[in-house]
Amino acid sequence: MEILLAIVIFALIATLFGALLGYASVRFKVEGDPLVEQLDALLPQTQCGQCGYPGCKPYAEAVANGEAINKCAPGGDDTIKKIADLMGVEVQPLDESHEQDNTVKVAFIIEEDCIGCTKCIQACPVDAITGAAKQMHTVIVDECTGCDLCVDPCPVDCIEMIPIKQTPQNWQWDLQAIDVVQID
Amino acid sequence: MESVLERINKNHFWKFFGGIHPPQQKFLTNDKPIKVLPLPSELIIPLKQHIGSAAELLVEVGDFVLKGQALTGSDKPMMVPIHAPTSGTVTALGMTTSAHPSGMKEPCLVLKPDGNDTWRTRHITENFRSLTKSQLVEKIANAGIAGMGGAGFPTSIKVDTNSGLNFLIINAVECEPYISADDLLMREHSAAIIDGVEILDFMLEPALILIGIEDNKPQAIAALKAACKNHDNIKICVLPTKYPTGGEKQLIKALTGQEVPSGVLPVSLGMVVQNIATVFAIGEAIINDIPLLRRVVTVTGQAIAKPQNVWSLLGTPVAHLLNCCGFNKTPQQRVIMGGPLMGFTLSTLQVPVVKTTNCILAPTTAEISPASKEVECIRCGQCAEVCPSQLLPQELQWHAKAKNYPQLEKLNLADCIECGACAYVCPSQIPLVQYYRVAKAELRANKEQELKADKAKLRFEARNLRLEKDKLAREAKHQQAIAARKSAASTTSGQASNSAVAAALARVKAKKAQQSAPSSVNLDVDVKTRAAAAIDRAKAKKLAQANTDQSAQATEAKKASATNITTTSTSEVPSTSAAEIKKAKTVAAVAKAKAKKLAKSAETKATGLDAVEINNDAIELEKAPEATDENVLSAAEAKKLKLASAVAKAKAKQKQQVTSSTTPSTITDADKKQKIAAAIKKAKAKKLNSQAAAEKNKQESD
Amino acid sequence: MAFWIASSPHNHIKSATPSLMRLVILATLPGIFAQWYFFGWGTIIQIGLAVTFCLLAEIVFLAIRDKNIKSQITDCSAILTGVLIGISVPSLAPWWITAIGSIFAIMVVKQLYGGLGFNLFNPAMAAYVLLLVSFPLQMTSWQPVSSLLVEQVSAFNNFWLILTGFTWEGFSVEQIRMSIDGITMATPLDTLKTDLTLGLTVSESFNNPVFGEYAGIGWQWINLGFLLGGFILIYKQAIDWLIPVSFLGFLFLFSLIAYSISPDSSASTLFHWLSGGTMLGAFFILTDPVSAATTKKGRVVYAALAALLVYLIRKFGGYPDAIAFAVLLCNMAVPLIDEYCRPRTYGHKASE
Repeated sequence: MEILLAIVIFALIATLFGALLGYASVRFKVEGDPLVEQLDALLPQTQCGQCGYPGCKPYAEAVANGEAINKCAPGGDDTIKKIADLMGVEVQPLDESHEQDNTVKVAFIIEEDCIGCTKCIQACPVDAITGAAKQMHTVIVDECTGCDLCVDPCPVDCIEMIPIKQTPQNWQWDLQAIDVVQID
Repeated sequence: MESVLERINKNHFWKFFGGIHPPQQKFLTNDKPIKVLPLPSELIIPLKQHIGSAAELLVEVGDFVLKGQALTGSDKPMMVPIHAPTSGTVTALGMTTSAHPSGMKEPCLVLKPDGNDTWRTRHITENFRSLTKSQLVEKIANAGIAGMGGAGFPTSIKVDTNSGLNFLIINAVECEPYISADDLLMREHSAAIIDGVEILDFMLEPALILIGIEDNKPQAIAALKAACKNHDNIKICVLPTKYPTGGEKQLIKALTGQEVPSGVLPVSLGMVVQNIATVFAIGEAIINDIPLLRRVVTVTGQAIAKPQNVWSLLGTPVAHLLNCCGFNKTPQQRVIMGGPLMGFTLSTLQVPVVKTTNCILAPTTAEISPASKEVECIRCGQCAEVCPSQLLPQELQWHAKAKNYPQLEKLNLADCIECGACAYVCPSQIPLVQYYRVAKAELRANKEQELKADKAKLRFEARNLRLEKDKLAREAKHQQAIAARKSAASTTSGQASNSAVAAALARVKAKKAQQSAPSSVNLDVDVKTRAAAAIDRAKAKKLAQANTDQSAQATEAKKASATNITTTSTSEVPSTSAAEIKKAKTVAAVAKAKAKKLAKSAETKATGLDAVEINNDAIELEKAPEATDENVLSAAEAKKLKLASAVAKAKAKQKQQVTSSTTPSTITDADKKQKIAAAIKKAKAKKLNSQAAAEKNKQESD
Repeated sequence: MAFWIASSPHNHIKSATPSLMRLVILATLPGIFAQWYFFGWGTIIQIGLAVTFCLLAEIVFLAIRDKNIKSQITDCSAILTGVLIGISVPSLAPWWITAIGSIFAIMVVKQLYGGLGFNLFNPAMAAYVLLLVSFPLQMTSWQPVSSLLVEQVSAFNNFWLILTGFTWEGFSVEQIRMSIDGITMATPLDTLKTDLTLGLTVSESFNNPVFGEYAGIGWQWINLGFLLGGFILIYKQAIDWLIPVSFLGFLFLFSLIAYSISPDSSASTLFHWLSGGTMLGAFFILTDPVSAATTKKGRVVYAALAALLVYLIRKFGGYPDAIAFAVLLCNMAVPLIDEYCRPRTYGHKASE
């Protein structure tokens, strides 16, 4: 009799906790993986694929699952530092296989050389190139992330990556860089 | 409101936090009248002299322009026009070192004065009250007036506001040391200034007009008081001398006791602040139809023999001003545009005077010593005591050095007005303002990058979504096509005895037709799919053409190409040479590109692949540059032909989708044209065959 | 020659850290003079020793850290630290006390934290606390004021005493410190503390010859000397008046509260003002910009906290004087105080 009572009590307790846990899992459901979202927000969204993943989000997912944090070349050291902060790991230098140079560049199509093959349009991850077959293509500068992905597919090598020009509006107050004119 | 009036009447104003009392040095220039200078030999007029963007150019090089004629124009408010400061000829459109701390080059017009100073026709407005407010705003916009106190904000935007303001504040403070341009302007043109104030009064209908002026300008105060003694709603508010009382936010605090909330314009508090020189310019523009052509500039400093205020035409090179006032260069000479606290040094004297230039300061090193070496901050807190924005400069400095941007934002770096008071008092000689500027510029760049990243992310995701949709659509079409083929095969079995090529062609055509039909009803009207559809259509057309060519005899082909040639030649007669050059260039470019690619691949392959290929590459490489040279220089047709055919062949070989149909069509020589066309057709036929075979294979495997 | 490119602002008030430091050093002179007058040459010798050791330590460590020695020595901050240590150590303390204190102040408290501007603690006070905790006997060897001495000590004898522990004639420090009655003389604060623990009232304790009219003989004048120096600094705007004024104000307030509750066991407010290192602390130690709070509000809180600690330690603590401990504790609290006492930026709401 006592053993029966014990079983009943335990069964009740189990049901109760089960119900509680079930309720909690519904009530406090976490949408998506917030870590991935946070990582994705830190990445520069160039979608360049230099990290070996097809875009920034996939790399963010990979980092969340333990991939090395130092593979984002366009983000450079700043991004690595931010990811390290978020993940609570040591800051690492940028992966050696990547170029260190992360000056912001945009693609430029040399228009007289363009043959209108649309290959670059297909390669662009952010649809920043317009044009139609056999028509000259051009880059929407404001949308270009400088990912480099359109350069290789071009059969006539008419795409160049050019650094964004400095203007007085985006000047970074580098007084040392001012050309001084020799007088006398 | 009442208390403001009471306090003004008692001349007892509010105090803003911080501020410094640097030596005034205004005595150098404020005892001499404003001098009119001789015309400079040329005027360098930057297209953009304000905050915003340059308006569109209205004149060309070589044009003769009259004084006051608009050189640029636009109907957009952020595009402020510029005018010819005197009559003369536009000699060049070039780049000049801009009147900006960066010393970067900006587009400018060079005007050579003819010395006659001939005005365009002017329309004097007798009574501005007969005009509507929008007419007045338009007049101000067309006169090219931008804030002359320093920032250069387009005035037409500032005055185009709802009427019924609390205060119109006229900034006549001129708190920076050395500068006395506004002081002299007020003394000599107080009546014209009050005219301008009346216009603004009419436009904005403020409850009260406050003219804020520092007590170190007694003569200007007396002149203004005399000029506006018949105006009850104009109050001359004499403020104690303290830098930076002339800062917009500080002036508002001092006059009204209100603080402008961070990130908000004063107009939200019902206030508009205008510089006194701007008010003068408004009066001139409305009443006398004189656009903004000249301004008072204080030329001062102990390296100047005759420091004084001068009327300077916009575009006058600084060198001309200095020469007219006697400039004795000293070692480590700096020439500062603006005052000693907020001005910037010039790298060359060819920088022109612009709408915002109020002072040219050429101090000796005894007067303003070169910055001594920065030492560590000892946290004395003097900077925090003088900061008019009540920031903590020493903390900002640490975070700026550490590039700790979130903390900088938390400490309200954006509210720094860069007045320089902190760096002025710093016993450790830390160039605090410079650190803040760099940090601000980087913060701004980071913000922009973040925005761009967000946008890129959206676009990337949208694209992925679209590609996914396209893929699904393609698969559906594929299924449909198979079904259609099956039904077609069953109904038209009689025609199966046709040649293999014809059958393949028919299949391809059917497929194309089915493909293009759904794609046209597809809701996705993206450029990409349209482009793809266009490519598909083009391919179908080409296939058809090639097919007829093949099935028909060579005579027909000749006829077709002959007609082709006649059409092209007739169409090209007027622009033969131009087209030829362009064509040559195109071909050369393609060849160059190829060569580049080959070179690249040769480099990468150098170790791995067989020597033959490398040799071929090398030969091609050698051929390419000489070919391009000859093409460009003599347009040797034979070379061109060879190249073109090589290109065509290479393309065919590489199985590219590209077919440069434009390549043969523009060549004039009939024979060569034919040959090329034939070569291309051959290539195309080859491609077609291979494609057809592939199609067949695929079908069989299906 | 090219035009000079520089960032605005171009002109400068031309005040510099070294001149600020020199001014502070000069302002200690009235206090040092009073100390010399009442305690003889010992103080001057200690200051000389401390400055020498501080400079030596600074030079050595700047060389080790590969810094520009000339520019950092001439900022006079090491000299100021030396002067403050010299003033603080007892006039008859052996030379190695001063040496250890000076080297510790420069080496550990200043240079190891990154040099001038980066030290969390006031070097002189950290050194003083180290000495007080490590060598309590030597650090209480203040001689009574000259008027209470049996033997007047000459400058040479004083020097010899500091160097060897004995005068040329062979008197030990203990013997020198004997008063006319043959009792070892303690400082007034010490005496009061001992008397109060023995159950005497304040007024009874004041019968002791070390006390003068308001506080200890000599000490009251020394404090007034530093007060004068402080006024000079405030007049010259070398220091912010807020710290000394609020420190003295709060010290007055706390002692007044205690005095009005229990006059027998609490010393008068003036006694607190004019005893020990109160004035030196108020004008020369707490105002050390590097280790003090930087915001206005923060400075008031900082000074109030220091005053509270000084009073509590003096009244309930184990040590007679409390300036050094209070300053160190307040130094530790500075980052926190600054964090919570940021001023409201123009155009922002107070809560932000």
